[in-house]
Amino acid sequence: MDKLTIAGRTFDSRLLVGTGKFSSPQVMAQALVASGAEIVTVALRRVDIDNPADDTLREIDRERFLLLPNTSGARTADEAVRLSRLARAATGINWVKLEVTPDPYYLLPCPVETLKAAEILVKEGFVVLPYINADPILAKRLQDVGTATVMPLGSPIGSNQGLKTRASLEIIVEQSTVPVVVDAGLGLPSHVAEAMEIGADAVLVNTAIATAGDPVEMATAFRLAVEAGRRAYKAGPRAPTHSAEASSPLTGFLRNS
Amino acid sequence: MSEVTSRDVEAALAWRPGSYSQNKLLALLSPVAEGYLEQMAVLAQQLTIQRFGRAMRLYAPVYLSSYCVNRCQYCGFNCDNRFTRARLTVDQAVAEARVLASEGYRDVLLVSSEDRAHIDVAYLTELAGRLKAGRGTEAFSFIGIEIYQMSAQEYAQLFAAGIDGVTLYQETYDRQVYARYHLGGPKADYDTRLRAPDDMGQAGMREIGLGVLLGLADWRLETLALAEHAWHLMRRHWQSRVSFSFPRLRSACGVSSSEFPYLLEDKNLVQMMLALRLCFSDAGIVLSTREPASLRDRLMGLVVTRISAGSRTSPGGYTDPATHTGQFDVVDRRSPREVVAVIRDKGFDPVWKDWDSAF
Repeated sequence: MDKLTIAGRTFDSRLLVGTGKFSSPQVMAQALVASGAEIVTVALRRVDIDNPADDTLREIDRERFLLLPNTSGARTADEAVRLSRLARAATGINWVKLEVTPDPYYLLPCPVETLKAAEILVKEGFVVLPYINADPILAKRLQDVGTATVMPLGSPIGSNQGLKTRASLEIIVEQSTVPVVVDAGLGLPSHVAEAMEIGADAVLVNTAIATAGDPVEMATAFRLAVEAGRRAYKAGPRAPTHSAEASSPLTGFLRNS
Repeated sequence: MSEVTSRDVEAALAWRPGSYSQNKLLALLSPVAEGYLEQMAVLAQQLTIQRFGRAMRLYAPVYLSSYCVNRCQYCGFNCDNRFTRARLTVDQAVAEARVLASEGYRDVLLVSSEDRAHIDVAYLTELAGRLKAGRGTEAFSFIGIEIYQMSAQEYAQLFAAGIDGVTLYQETYDRQVYARYHLGGPKADYDTRLRAPDDMGQAGMREIGLGVLLGLADWRLETLALAEHAWHLMRRHWQSRVSFSFPRLRSACGVSSSEFPYLLEDKNLVQMMLALRLCFSDAGIVLSTREPASLRDRLMGLVVTRISAGSRTSPGGYTDPATHTGQFDVVDRRSPREVVAVIRDKGFDPVWKDWDSAF
């Protein structure tokens, strides 16, 4: 599989994984390894980012994984910026997955506050990966501000509904000059394969792995699906047609004569 | 409610899991739905794990004061009761919280009865500041209060001071029953109390805790009213998360539980929890130590998202367990460590920290 580049850094894996909702930090650690991911995101509200002995953090091998702090829980740009600064001061990591989700139920991202926070954070030297609704114009505005990626959602987070926003995602993929990471709502390996097939650069999965009957096996399945989808995309998939087209043309013999 | 049929319950189970409609809830609360508890439990568990993960948030209460000006007939702190009352200084309250922090707690619920002469906004502001000071395991990441009703302005002051959530039960949504049990004090005004959660939302509180005291009135009707109240708040104050508690009345100082005409069986308590989960997939469901260990352990893997352990319900109860009268009798007396072992055993991750003081 070809490599992924975000903010000048290259990665072999195109699967990013979240660390919430697992039954234990140990199961999480095994699933992270099985996923083949190189970027793992961790909610600043769940960990003591300045404490390496934190139950979750100590299970994440920093040699293997880039730790991507996220601002989950922030309702405003101010809160997200404050959390990001705190995380950078404590860890030296200047990457942040920007999440501004004022609605505690569907956790949908606020476009206004996200753009505001992204502007501030980029100016302060952060590598910003913003979680957004699948809004092509917002994606462009963020790209203009200088974010490292855009992370549009496939469907509401944790919903396992797959690519409900496919039509908009296709526009974002077509137009974006930064990597597009489809984030949220990807409930099955077939969903991530679909996202990769339409040209997403990467995907982020959490709930579907963490709450599976066997999270480690599910992480493996997602790894394979990401790879399958990416390779299919690179291989140049043909568009579906309404008329039949046989693999071996039935009337081919007429042309030979 | 008595007209609900099996077909209605089946339709309710099939209709948008996790979403609310009054008819759906009505069907799930009906006597007929008692025959569908297993199906309800399977769906409720799926929703809870999907939305909250295999995680169980832990909290513990710190009782600040038992001085009260209200005359609530079910409560041990009723001002007519004669017992030695206590009020912690801010230093003493911090010492109590330190005991909890040493056990791993980062999420604390400050509880007090109503007497502004003893606990006021200035007191809570100072205490919240002390509890959230610093970083790391010494600092509390989430502070809730379960204290007498305050004004919208006071809630805003408390939010600014670091208080993240407020729990305030309407106790009962039945006006006549409310009047019968609340004989005096500021709390006796039903309508004023009903407005409190709106004021919390207005103030920006992250969590708004609702509940009814189970035992005062028909639980089915109470649950319908509770759900309407929650639904109103979820739409109006859409940035605050609503959570539900399920306090079954217990005997307390001067009150025997046999005095309550509507105490409900385990079966119906579970039905109430399941029905609310099936209507509100993202609502917090909180369970205190009022309930016995055997029941708590079963509910943990099912619908509960937040649980207390090792609670003391008297002011100063952690630093000096021998003293003072509690608000109610704790039933599950296991230590936090024992409860954590059960949580792990059930395949869940005990979560001490799910917020950050930097917010």
